[in-house]
Parts: sequence; C-alpha cells; structure tokens
Amino acid sequence: MGKTLFEKIWDAHVVVGKQSGPSLIYIDRHLVHEVTSPQAFDGLRMNNRKVRRPDLTIATMDHNVPTTDRGLPILDQTSSVQIQTLEKNCQDFGIKLFDINSPNQGIVHVIGPQLGITLPGSTIVCGDSHTSTHGAFGALAFGIGTSEVEHVLASQTLWLEKPKPFEIRVEGKRKNPHAVTAKDIVLSIIKNIGTGGGTGTVIEYRGEGIEDLSMEQRMTICNMSIEAGARAGLIAPDEKTYEYLRGRQYTPKNYESLVDYWKENLKTDDDAKFEKQFTLHIDDIAPQVSWGTNPGMTCDVTETIPSPDDFSKGDSNQKKGAEKALDYMDLKPGTPIEEIKIDRVFIGSCTNARLEDLIEASKIVKRQKISSDVRAMVVPGSQMVKKQAEEMGLDKIFTDANFEWREAGCSMCLGMNPDILSPGERCASTSNRNFEGRQGTGGRTHLVSPVMAAAAAINGHFVDVRKVDFN
Amino acid sequence: MEHFKKTTSVVTPLDKVNVDTDQIVPKQFLKLVQKSGFGKFLFFNWRYDENENPKSDFVLNDSKYDNSKILVAGDNFGCGSSREHAVWALQDYGFAVIIAPSFADIFFSNCFKNGILPISLDQKIVEKLQQETQPIEVDLENQTIKTSSEEILFEIDSHKKKILLEGLDDIAQTYQFEDKISEFEKQSTVPSVL
Repeated sequence: MGKTLFEKIWDAHVVVGKQSGPSLIYIDRHLVHEVTSPQAFDGLRMNNRKVRRPDLTIATMDHNVPTTDRGLPILDQTSSVQIQTLEKNCQDFGIKLFDINSPNQGIVHVIGPQLGITLPGSTIVCGDSHTSTHGAFGALAFGIGTSEVEHVLASQTLWLEKPKPFEIRVEGKRKNPHAVTAKDIVLSIIKNIGTGGGTGTVIEYRGEGIEDLSMEQRMTICNMSIEAGARAGLIAPDEKTYEYLRGRQYTPKNYESLVDYWKENLKTDDDAKFEKQFTLHIDDIAPQVSWGTNPGMTCDVTETIPSPDDFSKGDSNQKKGAEKALDYMDLKPGTPIEEIKIDRVFIGSCTNARLEDLIEASKIVKRQKISSDVRAMVVPGSQMVKKQAEEMGLDKIFTDANFEWREAGCSMCLGMNPDILSPGERCASTSNRNFEGRQGTGGRTHLVSPVMAAAAAINGHFVDVRKVDFN
Repeated sequence: MEHFKKTTSVVTPLDKVNVDTDQIVPKQFLKLVQKSGFGKFLFFNWRYDENENPKSDFVLNDSKYDNSKILVAGDNFGCGSSREHAVWALQDYGFAVIIAPSFADIFFSNCFKNGILPISLDQKIVEKLQQETQPIEVDLENQTIKTSSEEILFEIDSHKKKILLEGLDDIAQTYQFEDKISEFEKQSTVPSVL
C-alpha cells in the first residue's frame, strides 16, 4: 500500500522505531523564542548538558517584544528579563539569535520561511503551537512544550506517538478571491470539523482550492491547523514552493539538487490511505467572522448570531459553552454580524501579517479614513515584511487612514507585550485565537481576514467585504 | 522527573468543555523564567475578579475542594497554546490527576513530563465522576479508579505508564540511543541552517 506525504516524512526521520509505543524522531530544524525556552536551558545547565546541534537551531524574540520604537528601553521589567535571558542562553550555548535589533527579527513562523530556514520534507519544531505554519512547505512542523524543547536541545530528537493522517480536500474556485481569503477557508474548515476535529492527526490539505493558493495563503491555512486540534497540517510542495524558497538568505547551497529529490519523493501516493477525510467546497463560501470564544464558533458575515440551541445541535455541553461564550462576548442570538460595532482593529500575527496580507488590506484602506470610534494597528510579521511594505508605500496608506504602523512581533495576538485590549473592548483581529482574555483580560475578539479587518476599521462595524471596492 | 503512583482525594468538578491553556494560565504570567510558583495563577481570570478578590462562584474557591488532587473536566481539555506553564500551574496548585473525555495533544504530552496523570474516559463516566462527593482513589499501577460505589478501569500507553511510575529522566533515556542518533546524522540529507 502507498504512503501519505506525512508518513513518508515520518518514516524518513525515525531514529528508533518500535512495533508499538513512541518512536524516536530526528528533528531537522529547532526554532526557539524567549517565552518557552528559559526553563529548558536551565534544565540543560542543571544536568551539565550541551545543545547537540546548535547549527540546526535558530532563535528570535517575538512574543513579548514591544512594537513601539526599538530605540527605547523595554519598560516591562519581567519582559526585559526574559529577553535578556534568551540573549544569554544563546550566547552560552552557541545558538544563532536574531535579536530585537536584527533586520531578521520577527515572528518565528514568519521569519523561518522568509529566510529559507524552513525546508520541504524536513521536521521542524518550536515551543509554540503555531509551528504548524511551516507545513505549507511540505514540512512536518509542530509545536512542543518546554520539556520537549529541552529534549530537542539536548538530543535533536523527540519521542513521539505517530499521529494519524487526515485528508482535507478543498475543492472548487472562489468567485472573489480578494474578498474570500485563505483565512475564510480555514475558519470554514474549523467551523465544520470543530476545535477537536483534528486531535491526534496530521492534516494534509489537498485539492484545487489549495493548489490555487500562494505560499503566504497556504501558511495561513496550515497555521490554524492547531485550532482544529491537529498536531500539524501540511501541503505537498509544488513549483510555487520551490520558487518561494529559491535564493533566500539561508537557502542551502545545494538547493537545486534538493529540489530534484523533493520532486520525486514529497507527494502522497495514489493508493495511500487516510484515516479521516473531510471535503470543503469553496465556490460559494462567504467571508467568516467568529462570534464566540473558540475558533469553531464562527459564521458567515451575512448571518446572524446563532442561538445556543442552533449552534449545539443537541449537545448539552456545547450548548453551555455557547451560552457562556455569548455572555462573555456580550452578544444576543439573532443579531446580524454586520451590525456588530467594534472598538479596535488588529492586523498582525503569524496567521495574517505577511506582505500579501498587508497589500490586500491596503487596497481597502487606500484613500479612506478609519471610523472615529475605532483604534486600529498594523503589526508586520517581521522586520523584513515591514521594510518591504514600506518600500511599497503601504505604511503611508495605513497611517494616512489613521492606522498605527508598528515594529514586528506577536503583539496583540496574545497580548504579552503592552498591546492589549481593555476590558469590554471589541476587536476585529486577523489573529488565530478568540479565547476569553486572549487579547487582554475582558477583551472580546472576532477572528477575521485582513481585508475584513480593514473594512471593519473603515466602517466601525463588520461589513461584507465582497461588496467593497478594492482600490 | 516527578513520578506518580497513586492518589486519593475528592474530585474538583470543572464543568466546562474546550478549556484552553490561556484560561489555565493567562499570558501575563508567562514571563517568569523558572518552573515553580505558577499555582497561584491557575485559572486566574475565572478565580479572581478585577480587584483580585476570589469569585465565590468558581469551584476552586470552594473550600470543599481545597485539598483535592483530582480535576475532572469537559471535552478537549488543554487546547490551544503549547505553554507547559499550564501544566506547571496545575501541578504547583496540587493537582496530580486530570480526568476528561479527551485532551489536546500537546497538553497531554506535557503532563507526563511533570508527573501529572491525564486520564481519558467516556463522557458518561466523566459526568458521573463530577457528581462524586466522596474521595476517590486513582491507582496507576493497576489502572483503576475506585469510587464509593464502583471500580473503573482506564487505559494508558505502557511507555507513558512506565515514565510516570518511575519518574524517568527522558533525556537520559534517549542518550542510551546516542549511537543511533549519530548514525542517523551521518546519512541525513538536510543541511545545517548556517
């Protein structure tokens, strides 16, 4: 029987395999950031252990860095300590660090691909659940906890139970691909399969609707695999993948011979078997807006807030969850999504802060002003994205419309730095999680695409971006 | 590493599904660079009001459960962020066993690194355990849960069971395969980053 792409990558990385139980898997790339690594380095020190392969390890600071002027000192003492701790750890253990002043600094899942560190067919880990982003390049990439970070630092391997392959087919063509985006595709998938729908699996996204996407759009899809509970999500590499990585700063010297090998090997066999299957038809899907406190609580922009009964379809626990979510979000069933007024707009995060996201959002913002009731910010995913956007004049378009234009980092996606919502504030956010308090205690998050966020900023409430002019 | 063999206590019923790691330990407490002391931040936003006074309607603030070591929660427990701080907070607070119909993958794996036993059980059994007012006994060796009225068997992977029972150091275990790792590296086609 044939194998899936995931199984091929897995098999190629088994160091020790057993009939049952976990296998020891080799890790090709380890990305490190300031929040989930300090305790891991401490563990190494306590046991007098070294980093086995500093040459396969890259660090940056993204989670709690301020996004204001980089010339200013970091006021938050605890953030500052965490950042200094990463600097010291990288120095002590010989790890390459893109620090706060590096032109390569940025959200770890944005810089990996941009620098050519992410490679097809490789295994990539990071102490961050959105590591699944790198799966867009046909890599097996997943988030790990701090104990596992320590394990990879020490041994360049991990003991893992083999997840099950899950095929998600995205079929058809979007009628308006500027207004209905990759974000809307992945939110539609999560809405259908649920936040636990992918637990224990690695998703392979396939079909015309995936092949049509650019690399940056594919990253948005794979990024949110974890919101469906999947360990990882991946997409088979094609010409777009190979072209994207060609000639980047850390693209390997023998790249073309690697491409030849990947073309032969990195695809799912025709007779391979998936343990689970789901198909989404995208011809008629609408822009999506989340209304609740997990990403599965999402509906079309043209719909109204569902009642807990309609949402839960008879499941009493889901019903309780929906009631609690509506209470937290201060929303009533039957309210049209387009009538929901917003206070804040956040365009940023590892889901949607790449150059294409900013270009698309700028088309909505051009020659407009944001609503006087709204405070809006753009936080580019990396310093490189920021620089490229500025070369195109996008910063001017956003600041002319009264958006704030910031330095790179995770920022208000998780609010570890000063960028947070105040209690009760409602935000249209291009990030990935609408959990209670995620963007600030008492803050209310609606997940949307960059163009939906931009249109909401202009109008002060959600609008169907299919009816908006793209300049 | 921490080990786990057996515990007896009353259960703390947390009647919620999709409890994410942002709720277990909110992000403002992730800035510490050590593993200890996270218990006071456990379920912070559910436990305390804006003035940091305990909310009387939250289960952890009910003195009945003060010495509980067993948390019984709804489906998909520990979803979201990979933060191991969530497990450190549960452990530091005093929980040694988490029972739920299902767990998110990364959280599940993080538990075993910190001496916490996560047990998946059928939804109906979980709901029954949430009603249990008498102490229950969780025995890993025999894979049993004894309540005042019955004995429930639970499943656990044999490798994970061994890790918890013996409190094994994962990395020391892996170093036994040093020669295999070196051998693998010799034939690997993936080049260094730098």
